[in-house]
Amino acid sequence: MREWADFTAETDASGGTRLALTGPLLISSIGVLDRKLRDWQEPVAEIDLSGAGLVDTVGAWTVWRFARDSGAKITGASEDARRLIEAVQGSQNDAEIEPERLPLISRVPASIGNHVYNGGVGVVRLLGFLGAILVAFGSLVMHPSRLRFASITRQLELVGVSALFIIGLMSFLIGIVIAQQGAVQLRQFGAEIYTVNLTGRLAIRELGVLMTAIMVAGRSGSAFAAQIGTMKLTEEVDAMRTIGVSPMEALILPRLMAAVFMMPLLGFYSAGLAIIGGAVISDLTLGIPFGTFLSRIQEVVPLHDIWVCMVKAPVFGLIVALAGCYQGMQVQGNSEQVGLRTTMAVVQGIFMVIVLDAFFAVFFTEVGWG
Amino acid sequence: MSEEQILARVQGRALPFDPERYQGDYPVVVEGLVNRFDGHTVHDGLDLKVRRGEVLGVVGGSGTGKSVLMRSIIGLQIPSAGHIEVLGHEVTDLGEGRQADIRSRWGVLFQGGALFSTLSVGENVEVPLREFYPELDAQLRHEIARFKVRLSGLPDETASKFPSELSGGMRKRAGLARALALDPELLFLDEPTAGLDPVGAAAFDRLTRELADVLGLTVFLITHDLDTLYEICDRVAVLADGKVIGVGSIPELLAMDHPWIQEYFNGPRGRAAKASQDRADHKRVGQDRAKAMDKPTGRGA
Repeated sequence: MREWADFTAETDASGGTRLALTGPLLISSIGVLDRKLRDWQEPVAEIDLSGAGLVDTVGAWTVWRFARDSGAKITGASEDARRLIEAVQGSQNDAEIEPERLPLISRVPASIGNHVYNGGVGVVRLLGFLGAILVAFGSLVMHPSRLRFASITRQLELVGVSALFIIGLMSFLIGIVIAQQGAVQLRQFGAEIYTVNLTGRLAIRELGVLMTAIMVAGRSGSAFAAQIGTMKLTEEVDAMRTIGVSPMEALILPRLMAAVFMMPLLGFYSAGLAIIGGAVISDLTLGIPFGTFLSRIQEVVPLHDIWVCMVKAPVFGLIVALAGCYQGMQVQGNSEQVGLRTTMAVVQGIFMVIVLDAFFAVFFTEVGWG
Repeated sequence: MSEEQILARVQGRALPFDPERYQGDYPVVVEGLVNRFDGHTVHDGLDLKVRRGEVLGVVGGSGTGKSVLMRSIIGLQIPSAGHIEVLGHEVTDLGEGRQADIRSRWGVLFQGGALFSTLSVGENVEVPLREFYPELDAQLRHEIARFKVRLSGLPDETASKFPSELSGGMRKRAGLARALALDPELLFLDEPTAGLDPVGAAAFDRLTRELADVLGLTVFLITHDLDTLYEICDRVAVLADGKVIGVGSIPELLAMDHPWIQEYFNGPRGRAAKASQDRADHKRVGQDRAKAMDKPTGRGA
């Protein structure tokens, strides 16, 4: 059970009120007394501390503040209490504790304005970032010996090799879904055999590379943003600059190149596994033998579908890596930023990939690769 | 809020509470502490007692486990063997619930300040207040935050700033303000003056000493700073070979014949710190030193 600080008020002969404080004046026991003193309206001549127990700075502060506000005199303070009161007195100030916050009515327009402004600045910065990458790439072409093989190989492994299992499994399952659901619909027209066309073309042209890009954005785009962002926070990026190592060459180009190289391979691998998934489910439920499914694929999928896949994949890789690296480089201030920027990298990466995919779909059909 | 409401609110809280101040002689007792990491032994049967009301400096070469010792004492590092008593409670076998009880009675300043980066400095100071004493009026809480910020030697307007807007030295002071938020009996400081300029470091030393004297704190202070040792520590504990090889005032340590201690205090830096301390003592001739320190001289402290 906690003992609370309290007080008793008495009026002496001359009409002055005297408050006698009792109990320990500690942070743990002051809660009730503090509220009572705040509500106290009448004038007080004297605050008597002789009945009080232990005192800490919070107790001393409460007593001193009340004495200041009511103009009372503090008496009966022990040696400790006097020292503490002396230590805290004069510390009153009305500095803000919370960072400044606008009222709602101006906060909404301010927030909209901020977004518009940041959007504009973001475009300019992104252009600048692209320019810096081109310059770095150009200088790398001029001096190929500066290429960082170790770091590129490492990124190739992280982006590509270690993603093989999850992308393979995902594609295999997607292949199963396309073939199975497609067969259900096509059966109504007696056109079940077209399941092969559906699976093959969809996997190679669209889904293989698109799903891979989304997976790479989630796995690697986020990792790029978080790694580079943390390096910004711990001043590693600044350290690189002072040593004369260009962060563009050491951090960003290897990641971009890894994503650009790996995406076509991963996209093709993904399409292949989706077709295998479709073949497996066709063999099991539609009665199309595995081998027949694969040889039909060869007949019904035109070669230009592969080209579509191979053109889209590096572009998607570039977009995803660009979003990750750009957001990572924008981190400044605190650790919350790393999380925010990582989220933005993934969201922007996936969004841009889908926008571009829609564009490519229309474009390639128009140029006759339908 | 009426008294009953306040009491009901306090009773509903999970954290148990023991407001009794510690009256024993040794608020921190470490016995036979062993810490091993992957076969590498950091502490091997370490014993240390911290006296109530003293400022104890802990020194040792890099990698002798000063920070690990502090982390063990405050319960962040579970030792391989040994037992640690803080304010009369066994830290080594305290459950999550019981530990809250002593956690409200110590303050810890980590090396980099370890401020919560999404809160302003003032809100950082308020975090322990909210956590342990929800019954406090919001107004009182703000007042406490403000005077603690002032007490730790920061300008008033720092209270509304975010840690990322502060310099390293200011962050340390803000960390100190948070460590002092609950009026702790025990204060743990991990290299408080590392990375500060000499003027800032000296000011921080003075501040620590003043606070220790005025608030009656027991301070456990890890440092590499010889000036700090000479200036404010009552006793110094020297860590080497996984043990405390000596505890005592600096003259007492110098009387010991351990090569590392001799090298530490008699190296060029040690001699320089000693010389500056002698000069400072000279100036204070005729003054009762303890009394001079009792009187807070700094602004607000």
